[in-house]
Amino acid sequence: MSEIKKFLYVNRKAPYGTIYALESLEVVLIGAAFEQDVSLAFLDDGVFQLTKGQSTDGIGIKNFSPTYRALGDYEVTKLYVEQESLDERGLTLDDLQAVVYEDEDDDWEEKPSIRVVNRAEMADLMADQDVVLSF
Amino acid sequence: MKFGVVISEGPYTHQAADTAYHFVKSAIAKGHEVPRVFFYHDGVNVASRLSVPPQDERHIQNNWTALAKDHGVDLVVCIAAAQRRGMLDDNEARRQGKDASNIAEGFRISGLGQLIEMGIQTDRLVTFGD
Repeated sequence: MSEIKKFLYVNRKAPYGTIYALESLEVVLIGAAFEQDVSLAFLDDGVFQLTKGQSTDGIGIKNFSPTYRALGDYEVTKLYVEQESLDERGLTLDDLQAVVYEDEDDDWEEKPSIRVVNRAEMADLMADQDVVLSF
Repeated sequence: MKFGVVISEGPYTHQAADTAYHFVKSAIAKGHEVPRVFFYHDGVNVASRLSVPPQDERHIQNNWTALAKDHGVDLVVCIAAAQRRGMLDDNEARRQGKDASNIAEGFRISGLGQLIEMGIQTDRLVTFGD
């Protein structure tokens, strides 16, 4: 178990409507205990998972969006969001909630976890992984 | 090669559990190893021993149970996903105060750590689902 692998969790679906987003997050949180090299990707409707100001009062389903802000505490600090998916949905970085982590290699300075990448960069990121779990 | 397999869609509604079954059977026949299959999302429903499909249809749960018996494949059902969907083994049924359990022979309920561990310990992780 000493080997460290690159794990990428690919999130493609809207946060509500189906359970994939929530059950993806559950894998990420449990997986954090295994001290692997973890990245998250958000593309297609998956970019809606990170939007700010979510309210689920009208649908009777738990709003789990605050959990993304806790990912830094689990040392999950790389959240890649695809630019084209944002563009296609009329979203910008400003529509997403701020997710930050404290960088232990830089005097615990607070840094953004969300990194916007283009489609080609996303492809490179995927090609670079050992394990890809798609939700 | 050592394969880990994830099944993330429910039986009969979706072909994932069938295709995964054929994949695992073929991989083993070709001399590969498939130490574990992990059932997640609606995939946990494959493990119900109460499934009674028409006689002229394939029996997905029986197929998997036979595969576990014949080749020692570890069939792991995610506990969090299972509990949401009413899939309980004897221990969990007792613990939750329920009057029945429904996990078929050859399957066991365990945590998501088993999925991560499978990703670490196998050469390739193959997901069957949408």
